[in-house]
Amino acid sequence: MTQSSNVIEIENLLFRYPSADEACLDIGEFKAKAGERIFLYGPSGSGKSTLLGLLGGVLIANQGSVKILGHDLKSMRPAQRDRLRADHIGFIFQQFNLIPYLTVIENVFLPCRFSRRRSSQLNGNSLMDESRRLLTHLDLDPSLWQKPVTQLSVGQQQRVAAARALIGRPEIIIADEPTSALDAERQMSFLELLSRECAESGSTLLFVSHDHRLSKGFDREISVGEINRAVTIPEMESA
Amino acid sequence: MKHLLFLAARSAWNRKLTLGLTTIAIALSVTLLLGVERLRTEAREGFNHSVNGTDLIIGARTSPVQLMLYAVFHMGEATNNIRWGAFQDVVANPLVAWSVPLSLGDSHHGFPVLGTTSAYFEHFHYGDDQALVFVKGKPFLDTFDAVLGSEVAARLNYRLGDHITLSHGTGTVGLPEHADKPFVVIGILAPTGTPVDRTVHVPLEAITAIHLDWVGGAPMPGFSIPQKFVHKFDLKPKEITAALVGLKSRAAVFRMQRMVDDFGEEPLLAVMPGVALEQLWQVLDVAEKSLLAVSAMVVVVGLSGLVAVILAGLNERRRELAILRAVGARAHEILLLLTLEGLFVTITGIVSGVVLMEMLALMLAPTIQATYGIAMQPSFITLEELKLLGIVLAVGLVASLAPGYRAYRLSLADGLTPRI
Repeated sequence: MTQSSNVIEIENLLFRYPSADEACLDIGEFKAKAGERIFLYGPSGSGKSTLLGLLGGVLIANQGSVKILGHDLKSMRPAQRDRLRADHIGFIFQQFNLIPYLTVIENVFLPCRFSRRRSSQLNGNSLMDESRRLLTHLDLDPSLWQKPVTQLSVGQQQRVAAARALIGRPEIIIADEPTSALDAERQMSFLELLSRECAESGSTLLFVSHDHRLSKGFDREISVGEINRAVTIPEMESA
Repeated sequence: MKHLLFLAARSAWNRKLTLGLTTIAIALSVTLLLGVERLRTEAREGFNHSVNGTDLIIGARTSPVQLMLYAVFHMGEATNNIRWGAFQDVVANPLVAWSVPLSLGDSHHGFPVLGTTSAYFEHFHYGDDQALVFVKGKPFLDTFDAVLGSEVAARLNYRLGDHITLSHGTGTVGLPEHADKPFVVIGILAPTGTPVDRTVHVPLEAITAIHLDWVGGAPMPGFSIPQKFVHKFDLKPKEITAALVGLKSRAAVFRMQRMVDDFGEEPLLAVMPGVALEQLWQVLDVAEKSLLAVSAMVVVVGLSGLVAVILAGLNERRRELAILRAVGARAHEILLLLTLEGLFVTITGIVSGVVLMEMLALMLAPTIQATYGIAMQPSFITLEELKLLGIVLAVGLVASLAPGYRAYRLSLADGLTPRI
């Protein structure tokens, strides 16, 4: 947070998997400002999963720097990077986002169990009240809150995942194809809910998708394939 | 840490079927381990407890352990007897304070019959130098009086004044009966937790009396001596099986022992009960240790099952682990989570094993007491057992580290997006 209001800063990033011969990610520059909503177009094989791993601090660049809120991930110890991720980033994945043996509300609690910072940013509410508020905002009926997540539809599960990502107002929300398992109508409504909540908590939204139709209403659209100068190796990517 | 415990508990509960089966396997193995250990210590305890205050046991020459086993525990049979005259010569020694002759070989409904003198009730001590106590009645006076051990009375539901007949030989079926010469129950002893409880005591001369008209282990055909006429015969025994001897001074025990061993008229053996028991333990030591080793192996098998089950489930949990990483779990917390899960199962297995063991001990105690004469005290876990359980827990912890470490490696490799 020293020199700018950029929450994410990538410079001259080069990443190669230890088992691979060639780099799969080579990004000259990528920046995201606080509160910005960015649509990251990333078809399969473009290196987007690797990019998310680098942003989450579970992968480390071979060269160049990845800064989250001004912290250079490379210079941090693994435990510090885990702390940084827990405190400042909320993740939503494609599907199977939830811990199957926890209830809806327990899943929403999770980030606050791992991050003291996030459990202290609950808009003055208790953890329970804030979870309820978010779930209500995301249109999840109270009758579902104490249910095992396995009884929820995919759409409901994704909204629980969104509530979990948003709780404790992390500065960055990274959504990796969160709507790909939903039908078209629900895709739009989920996107709207997510955008609204991110705006309300002032979080930067990094929305990754291979579907251009969803890019409406974002501040910026970036293609991973364009910023990534490396020849990517499809096998290294998840679908 | 608290949230990890919570997660581990919920995760384990979610896999309750497979982990439950593993828990049962561990519980059973712990039950086996504890059972072996307890039986071992109770057996020792029981044996050590069975005789006290007797300085020497004298019998025909045999192995010290065997003499001890048949004279005190009424197990097995004497290969040879001592002539009455030889016994009297030996105990005439001025070092001897008291002596109690023992004559075995008959039984009553499977319980051994011991022919002895009333000195037995005075001098035979057990446990912590405790004397025998009569709950009912008194020591025998007449030839056909019988004193019952507590278990004999309880199991066969005898009261004072009841008539009982003895069988020739030991066993339960097909034995010829001394039906013509019944005994009267005149005394019942308090429970001792020793073989005394399972013994029918009769006067030494009664053993002679019931065998007056017998030859070679069977009644003489066409000839019998009615009970009321036995006193017309010399009822002094010809032979006895063994004798308990108390000395005036314990310091003389080796001297007396040597004298008995060197007795010229016939080959005799004198053993100190403690020494004979020690020999017995040495013999049994290998068996005990192998039994314990086998049950320890069974515990290891149970714990291996646990590791296998958790490891096998890991692959389908990679996404779950990735989610935990994404919401902020550190890699070492993933290790801890899986290790805790294994530890939960181990602890549940141990606790259930202990409960099962206590229940079994409670249920089987009467049978074990009746069959083997080992009194299973309804005791709580001993320090020794606690040590064993501690070792099981430690092995369980080490075993649980294996899936924990595997999960740690997986989650480091997978990052936030497992490639499944």
